[in-house]
Amino acid sequence: MPEQPHSPAESILIDEETVGLEPDSSAIQIGAIEGGPEVARERRRKGLGFGAWIAIIWLTLIVGSAVLAPVLPIPDPVADSAPAADYKSGPSVDHPFGVDTTGLDVFSRVIWGARNSLFIGTVSVVLGFLVGGACGIIGGYFKGRIGGLVGVPMDIALAFPPLVLALAVVTFLGRSVSNVTIALAIVSAPILYRIARASTLSWSEREFVLACRAQGGKHFRIMTREILPNVLPAMFSIALLGIAVVIVAEGGLAIIGAGVKPDVVTWGNIIVSGQGELRDASHIALFPSFVIFFTVLALNYLGDVVRAKFDVRESAL
Amino acid sequence: MKLRRKRTSAPADATERFPAAPLDGPLLEVENVKTHFQTDRGLVRAVDGVSFSLERGKTIGIVGESGSGKTVLSRSVMGLLPKRGLVREGSIRFEGVELIDASNDELRQLWGTQMAMVFQDPMTSLNPVMKIGTQITESLLHHLDITKDYANETGISLLASVGIPEPERRMSSYPHEMSGGMRQRVMIAIAIACGPKLLFADEPTTALDVTVQAQILDLLQAQQRERFMAMVLVTHDLGVVAGRADDIAVMYAGQIVEKAPTRTLFAEMRHPYTEALVRSIPKLNDPSHTRLVTIGGRPPNLIAPPVGCRFSPRCPYVQDKCRTEEPPLISASDPGHEYRCWFPVGTPEGTAALERNRAAADAALLEADAATRAEAAIAGGSTGAGAGTDPTGGSTPGGVS
Repeated sequence: MPEQPHSPAESILIDEETVGLEPDSSAIQIGAIEGGPEVARERRRKGLGFGAWIAIIWLTLIVGSAVLAPVLPIPDPVADSAPAADYKSGPSVDHPFGVDTTGLDVFSRVIWGARNSLFIGTVSVVLGFLVGGACGIIGGYFKGRIGGLVGVPMDIALAFPPLVLALAVVTFLGRSVSNVTIALAIVSAPILYRIARASTLSWSEREFVLACRAQGGKHFRIMTREILPNVLPAMFSIALLGIAVVIVAEGGLAIIGAGVKPDVVTWGNIIVSGQGELRDASHIALFPSFVIFFTVLALNYLGDVVRAKFDVRESAL
Repeated sequence: MKLRRKRTSAPADATERFPAAPLDGPLLEVENVKTHFQTDRGLVRAVDGVSFSLERGKTIGIVGESGSGKTVLSRSVMGLLPKRGLVREGSIRFEGVELIDASNDELRQLWGTQMAMVFQDPMTSLNPVMKIGTQITESLLHHLDITKDYANETGISLLASVGIPEPERRMSSYPHEMSGGMRQRVMIAIAIACGPKLLFADEPTTALDVTVQAQILDLLQAQQRERFMAMVLVTHDLGVVAGRADDIAVMYAGQIVEKAPTRTLFAEMRHPYTEALVRSIPKLNDPSHTRLVTIGGRPPNLIAPPVGCRFSPRCPYVQDKCRTEEPPLISASDPGHEYRCWFPVGTPEGTAALERNRAAADAALLEADAATRAEAAIAGGSTGAGAGTDPTGGSTPGGVS
C-alpha cells in the first residue's frame, strides 16, 4: 500500500518526459509563453526534493526494521535483557534508547512496537480507504437517493468526536490489535468518504464522463474507469496524512487506557509504560515519542508532496 | 460475473427492443419535443415544442445564440440529460422506434453504436488520466466482440482517418500532450469508432482556434460522407453551417423560429431573428473597423418567456399583435421552409411593419428632440430674462450660465 502513492507521481514524470521529447506539442509552446508550466515542469524534473527523500528514507528505515524485527540482532522486547542494576538506565552502547522499568530494551521495543503501530495505522486506513472511497464515489456519482443512503451512516460517524467513537468501539469489541484497527478504520472511513465524494462530485460533472455515457458506458465502468483514477491522487494524499493521524490516535487510545492491551508492544503502550517515570527516566517515553513524531512528520510531508504533484497536474490540464 | 453475462446477452435484447430498422423513412423524427427543468425559481422551458426530421446521411444545422436551447435539444434527443427535475414530452423516433420513454439501459444499446456525440470542449471531454488509445479502444471493446489487438489496430486506423500524424505513437499519449484541435480529432475518432448512424456535434468548434475550426468541420463532413452518417450540427455561428448543412433550423428561446433547406434560408429568410443573425456575421468586403451588427437586448428568461412572439422584445419589426399572440409555424411557398412570424421579413406585411416602426421611432426621436429643444428654450429664456433684468448686466457671476 505505501508503495502505491508513488506510482501516479512516477507516471507524471514519464508523461512529462514524453512531452519534453515532443517538439510540436502544445504543452511546450504554452510553457514557452507563460513560464508557469515550465517552472512546474522544471520542479518535477528535479524529482521529489530533498525533504521528501529524507521522509522516504526515514519511513523505509522504520518499515524495514519493523518487518525485519524477528531477524534483527536485538533483545527480546518482552523478556528481561538487562541486569537488574541497569533498570531505568539511560541510553548506552548496549541499549541505544535505554532500559525501561522492567529491564526491557526500549530500542527493541520501539522496533517491535512499530510492527503493531504501523499495522494498525496502515490497515485501518486501507480499510477506511476502501470503504470510504467506495461509498464516496457511489455517493458522489449517484447524488439522489442512493447517495443519501450511503451518506447518512458516514455523516453520523463524522458527527461523533473521533476519539470517543474509537473508544466506544474498542470498549465494545475488546482491546485486541485487530479491534483497535477496526475502531480506527471506522473513524477514518468517513473522512476519506468526504474527500472521495467531494472529488467525485466535481469530476463527474466533467464532460468526459458525459462523453463516456454517450458512448454507452455503464455506471460501474464510468465510476471505476473514468472517475476513480482521477479521485485517487486526492485520496492518497489524505490517506498518508490519515496513517499519521491514526498512529497518533493509537497512542492517544493507549494513554486513556482504551488501546491495545498493555502486554502487546505498540508505540502507544511504550509511552504509557514510561509515563510515570518522566522525571527520572524520561528516555522511556521520549524515544518512542520522537519516533512517532518523525514518522508523522514524514507521512505528513509526503502527503503534501503527493498533493502538490496532484495540484500541479490539475492546473496544467 | 453478472456483468459478463449481461454483456453477452445484450445484443439479443437490443434486437428485441429495436427490431430490424426499416431502411426507408427518416432516420430521426423529432416531434413537438419539450424539455423542461424544474428548478427552485420555476420551470425552465429550455426546449419548448421542437419538431424536425433528419434523413440518413444528411446534416441538419441547429443555430441560435447562447441559451436558446440548442445544446439541451441535442442532449434531450439523445437522452443524455440528468433525470432529476426533468420534464420531457413529445416524440423522438430513431429508425421508427420511440425513444422518449426508453430507459437508460435501452438507450445504452444505441449510444455509441447507433448515435454518438462530439462535445464542445475537447479540453474537458477526454479523461486526463487515460491514454488516448485506451479511450478509443474502450468503446470498441465494449460494444463490438473483438480482440484487444484488433481493437488497437482499429484505433490506430481511426486516429489516422481523423488526420492525426503518427497514430501508433499517439495511441500511448495522454490528452494533455495534445493541442485542442488534436483532442477534438480524437473526440471525433472516439465518437465514430463504432460506426454510429447519427452523430451529434455540439458546437464542435467553439472552443477551438479559428484556423482549426474549418479543418475540424471539413473532417466531420468528410467522415460523415464516408460513413453515410446523419449529423446534427449544433452551433451559434450561421457561417459554420452555411456550407455544410442540408437543412438549417434557427432556434430562439427553446423554439425553432425558422427552418429551411440551407439555400432557401439564406435566399429567402423570413424571420427577423434569422435576418439579425445573418447580419451579425462579419463580412470580408467591409472596410476594417466596421462596427459589427449586434442584436440588441438579451435572450429571454426561459422561466417566464415573453407573451406572444418570444423575439418581440428585441425585434425591429415588432407590432402590437406580436406582443399578445404567439405566431404558429407557418409554411412558406418553398417546400420544407417554415417560420414563426406574423410580419415576416421580405413580405409586404413585414416591410410595412418595419416602415411603421421606423416612422414611429423617427417621430419619437423628433418628439424627444423637440422636447429637449423646448426645455433648452425655456431654460435659455429664463436665464436670458434673468440677464435682462439684472441691473448690473453681464459682469455678475449670475449672468454667466
